[in-house]
Amino acid sequence: MWERIKAAVLWCWRILSTPAATLSLGFLTLGGFLGGVIFWGAFNTALELTNTEQFCISCHEMESNVYQELTRTVHFSNRSGVRASCPDCHVPHEWTDKIARKMQASKEVWGKIFGTINTRQKFMEKRLELAQHEWARLKANDSLECRNCHSSVAMDLSRQAPRAAEIHTRYLLSGQATCIDCHKGIAHELPNMEGIDPGWKVPPELQAALEEEFPVTSHTEAEVFERLERVSHSPHGFMWAMGDIAPTLD
Amino acid sequence: MADTAAPPVPHWVVDDIRKMRAYPEQPPIIPHSIEGYQLSVNSNRCMSCHKREFTQGSGAPMISVTHYMTREGQMLADVSPRRYFCTACHVPQADTRPLIDNTFVDMSELGVGHAGDQ
Repeated sequence: MWERIKAAVLWCWRILSTPAATLSLGFLTLGGFLGGVIFWGAFNTALELTNTEQFCISCHEMESNVYQELTRTVHFSNRSGVRASCPDCHVPHEWTDKIARKMQASKEVWGKIFGTINTRQKFMEKRLELAQHEWARLKANDSLECRNCHSSVAMDLSRQAPRAAEIHTRYLLSGQATCIDCHKGIAHELPNMEGIDPGWKVPPELQAALEEEFPVTSHTEAEVFERLERVSHSPHGFMWAMGDIAPTLD
Repeated sequence: MADTAAPPVPHWVVDDIRKMRAYPEQPPIIPHSIEGYQLSVNSNRCMSCHKREFTQGSGAPMISVTHYMTREGQMLADVSPRRYFCTACHVPQADTRPLIDNTFVDMSELGVGHAGDQ
């Protein structure tokens, strides 16, 4: 058995390493190039096909649970007629991140084949776990998919309700919290939230780290500058005036 | 029957200023929008600010102490199940014209003597 595999591999290697005897160099380079283009095009086309709402809801698990819930939210129908479809929020738009997410999604194929959530009951039982995966993903990438549309740079705080503006200034702009911390369940129904703290509440493990980083008792000039520096290195840029972050410094 | 166009949804009052109650037992109205807030057996968005444990951080008024009582007046640690669905009594307001005019008069204007007036 082992001998046979070895022989087959050697045979392949011999073919690959022997110079082509009958095919011209031009045919090989051009053919290789064309083949590459066709392969790449087909690959991307297939990838994009899996990146549509149509594809997502072709599974009844998605169609009859999460999609139905989405249709009742502002991300589906609203006064300006902008709609977010499944991949807008659940698949990163950058190529490398997208491929990484797509590879992760192979587990979803497994789930589909073995019917992990093929009834409403099973789905509801698994909902918290599934939601936690998405929360963790969005937390880790600083709510990247939210920010593809909702950038904090373009956010006009003066057009928000005072309460929203204040909370955004205190938590979002200072980088203490990211969108998903507070805005859970904006497009789907929530799992049982017992024991899950509201997003504006900084979890105790982070609280300790935060206090270590920015002691609440006194603020030396150095601390303020450290904070400003951290903010200026944030991927979302440095986007407000000194006055705006003042409330976070006391 | 001809189709009737739905009137536009009015804009909620979102000024966060507490409105005076029209009578003492009136459930306070909600001075902010609750559009999209989930209130189900699984989650209660209102409680994430108005629950006792969260009020110091959120600055929201705590739900009334009666909401922590059973029918028999027994105190509970958390909101009583019979008080759980906030919107059964508390609703946001929109600045619209009343559908039907009414002749409501505040009871303090009805000549009710105040305690201690005698």
